[in-house]
Amino acid sequence: MDNQNTLLNEVSSRDYRFGFVTDIETDFIPKGLSEEVVRIISAKKEEPDFMLEFRLKAYRKWLTMKMPDWAQLKIPEIDYQEIIYYAAPRQQPKYESLDEVDPELLSTFAKLGIPLEEQKMLAGVAVDAVMDSVSVKTTFKENLAELGIIFCSFSEAVKHHPDLVQKYLGMVVPPNDNFFAALNCAVFSDGSFVYIPKGVRCPMELSTYFRINARNTGQFERTLIIADNDSYVSYLEGCTAPMRDENQLHAAVVEIIAMDRAEVKYSTVQNWYPGNKEGVGGIYNFVTKRGLCKGEFSKIYWNQVETGSAITWKYPSCILAGDNSVAEFNSVALTNNYQQADTGTKMIHLGKNTKSTIVSKGISAGHSSNSYRGLVRVAAKAENARNYSQCDSLLLGDHCGAHTFPYIEVGNPNSVVEHEATTSKIGEDQIFYCNQRGISTQDAIGMIVNGYAREVINKLPMEFAVEAQKLLQISLEGSVG
Amino acid sequence: MLIIKDLHACVEGKEILRGINLTINAGEVHAIMGPNGSGKSTLANVLAGNTNYEVTKGEVSFNGKDLLGMSADVRAKEGLFLSFQYPVEIPGVSMLNFLKTAVNESRKYRQVKELTAGDFLKLMREKKEMVQIDSQLTNRSVNEGFSGGEKKKNEIFQMAMLEPKLAILDETDSGLDIDALRIVANGVNLLKKPENATIVVTHYQRLLDYIVPDFVHVLYKGQIVKSAGKELVLELEEKGYDWIKKELGE
Ligand SMILES: Nc1ncnc2c1ncn2[C@@H]1O[C@H](COP(=O)(O)OP(=O)(O)OP(=O)(O)O)[C@@H](O)[C@H]1O
Ligand SMILES: [Mg+2]
Repeated sequence: MDNQNTLLNEVSSRDYRFGFVTDIETDFIPKGLSEEVVRIISAKKEEPDFMLEFRLKAYRKWLTMKMPDWAQLKIPEIDYQEIIYYAAPRQQPKYESLDEVDPELLSTFAKLGIPLEEQKMLAGVAVDAVMDSVSVKTTFKENLAELGIIFCSFSEAVKHHPDLVQKYLGMVVPPNDNFFAALNCAVFSDGSFVYIPKGVRCPMELSTYFRINARNTGQFERTLIIADNDSYVSYLEGCTAPMRDENQLHAAVVEIIAMDRAEVKYSTVQNWYPGNKEGVGGIYNFVTKRGLCKGEFSKIYWNQVETGSAITWKYPSCILAGDNSVAEFNSVALTNNYQQADTGTKMIHLGKNTKSTIVSKGISAGHSSNSYRGLVRVAAKAENARNYSQCDSLLLGDHCGAHTFPYIEVGNPNSVVEHEATTSKIGEDQIFYCNQRGISTQDAIGMIVNGYAREVINKLPMEFAVEAQKLLQISLEGSVG
Repeated sequence: MLIIKDLHACVEGKEILRGINLTINAGEVHAIMGPNGSGKSTLANVLAGNTNYEVTKGEVSFNGKDLLGMSADVRAKEGLFLSFQYPVEIPGVSMLNFLKTAVNESRKYRQVKELTAGDFLKLMREKKEMVQIDSQLTNRSVNEGFSGGEKKKNEIFQMAMLEPKLAILDETDSGLDIDALRIVANGVNLLKKPENATIVVTHYQRLLDYIVPDFVHVLYKGQIVKSAGKELVLELEEKGYDWIKKELGE
C-alpha cells in the first residue's frame, strides 16, 4: 500500500547522541602496518618477550590470510596501510587518583554517562574505560583486590600478572583463528583483564566502556576473562564513537574461560556510530568473541543488544567442553538506514549433557540488511547434548532485508537440536491501534519493538536493560513517518 | 461536539464514503446501522484518523477544532475513542504498559499531572470492576490470544480507562455472549455523562435495548440515507434494508 510505504519508509534518523569529538592531545604512531609497527606497539607498552612473539606470530599469519567473504555483507575495500594502529591520549595514563586525569577526558566520560567517580560505587559498577587504544582508569580496583579479583587494563595485566596472561591469552581465540582475530593479536593496544579466583562471587558488575576518539585510527582491544572454579562474574561492555564521515575499523577479541562450576555473564550494548542516514561513515565492527566452558557444570551467557556500527560482523560463541556445561546466546540486533549486520553465534558441544540456548531477535528498518548466522555442532562424544534455537526477524518497511542462516551438525543419535524461526512485520494496524489510544507513532514503534525484544532485554542487568530499551527506541526514531 | 459536512473518503482509489453529513451534540447517543460493506467501519476509521483511508472532500469539526487536520494520536488525546470491530494483537507489549502509556500521554496532552504507578493501578482496579474484566487478561500482552469476546470487553475496558468525550463503538456487540453484552452495555451506560457522546455501530437491536439511542441513522453505499428516532431500529429489525432500498428507488 502506498500509504504504508510513505509511513514506514520516510527515514530521517535522529542525531547520534554520542557523536562528539574530545579535544585531547593524542600520541600517534605513523599510519600503516608492518613488522616494525608491531614492534613499536609492543615496545611502547614495555611488553615482555612472550607478548612480542605472540604479536609477531599473529602478524605473519595475518599476512597469509584473506578477509572473510562468506558473510551477507557488502564490505568496501579496506586499506590496512591507511589505518593508524596506535593512538593514545598524550598524557600518559598512569593515574593514582582521579584528580590526575585530564579533565577533558573526564568530561568525555561524563557525557557518555560513565560512572567514573568513586561515589558511583553505590551503583555497584566497576568501570574500566578504554579511550582509543589505552585504558584510562579502572575504578574500584582496590575493593575488588581485597577479594582477590583482578580487574585491570590489559597492559597492567601484562605487567603485573604475566603468568596468567601467558597461560590464557589465545587459548580460546588463537591468533590463526580468523583474519580479524589475527590482526587483533598483532596490534591490540589495550583492553580489559578479569580474573575471579576460586569460589568468589564478584559483588559488583564489572564494566568496560570503549570509545574511539581519534581520527583514522583503528581500535583493537582485547578482553580476557577467567573465572576460576565455583566463581561468578557479570561483565558489561558499552561502546560509542564520534560521528565521522570516514569509516573506522574496530576489530576486538574477547575470550572467556569458565572453569568447573564457574558462571560468566557477558552483556554488551553496542552503540558504535552507525553512519548517517545516507550510509556515510560509521564503524566497521569486526569482532571475535568466544567463551570456553572449560570445566564441568560451567556456564557462559552472552547477552547483546546491537544497535550501532555501519557494518557488524560478530558471532559470540561458546565451546561447551566441560560435561554438563551450559551456554546461552541472547541477542537483539537492530539495523536502520544503510546499516548491515551479519551476526549470530556458534555453539560447539564437546562435553556430555551440555546444553545451549540461542535466542536471536533481528529488527530491520530503512534500507538495512540484518542476517542471523548460527552454527550448532554436536560432537560424536557429546552425548545427550541439547540445543534450542529461536531466530525471529522483525521488519519495518519494505526496503530492508532479513536473512537466517542456520547450520546444524549433530554427531550422535541421542542429542536433540531444535530450531525455530519466524519473520514478522510491524503492522500498520498495530501502530494505528496504539495511535488511537493516544500513543504517538514513535512511541508505538518503540513499544512494539521493545515488546518483541523483551525476552532478551530481560536477561540484561537492570541498568543496562533500561539503557537498551531507550537505545532501541532512539535508533528507530524517524524510521517511521 | 462533532459536525461532519459532506465527507468523502477513498480506500485504494475506491470511493467508500460519498458525502456524509452528521451532527452530534454532547449527551447524545447515535446508532449507525446499515448493510455489510456500506461504509460504517470506514467512517469510524476516517474519524479516528486511519491513514489507510484518504479523505477526498469534506470537513469535520470536533469540539470546534478541525479534526481532519490532526494526527490519529492527537485525535485520541482530544478525546475521541474507537472501539475496534477487529481489535489488534500486539505481542510482547503488556496491557499494563500499554494503558499506562496511553493514559499518561493523554494527561500530558491535557497538561494534567501524570499518574503515579500506585494511582494508575488503583484506577485500573476500579475500571476493571466496572466492566467486570478478568484480571488475568490485563496481565497479558495487548489482545494476544484473547477470544473474540474478550477482545471486545477489553476495548470497553480501555474506554473506561481513557474516559473519552466521544466514543465510537464499532460492532462491539458482535462476539459477545448474552451476559457479556449486558455487562459491556452497562459499562458504557455507567460511563455516559452529559458532556460526552457515543456513536454505536451495530447490526442488531439487542445492544440498543441496553444502550438506548437518541437517533438512528442508516448508512447505505457511503451515504446516510435515513435518520430517525429509536423506533427505526425495530422497523429495521422487522423488515431488513430492502424497503429502504426501495424508497431510494433501487
Ligand atoms: N482497507 C481496505 N482495503 C480495501 N477495501 C476496503 C478497505 N476497507 C474497507 N474496504 C471496502 O470498503 C467497503 C466498506 O467497508 P466497511 O468496513 O466500512 O463496511 P461496514 O459497513 O463496516 O461493513 P460491516 O457491516 O460488514 O462491518 C467494503 O466494500 C470494503 O470491502
Ligand atoms: Mg464494519
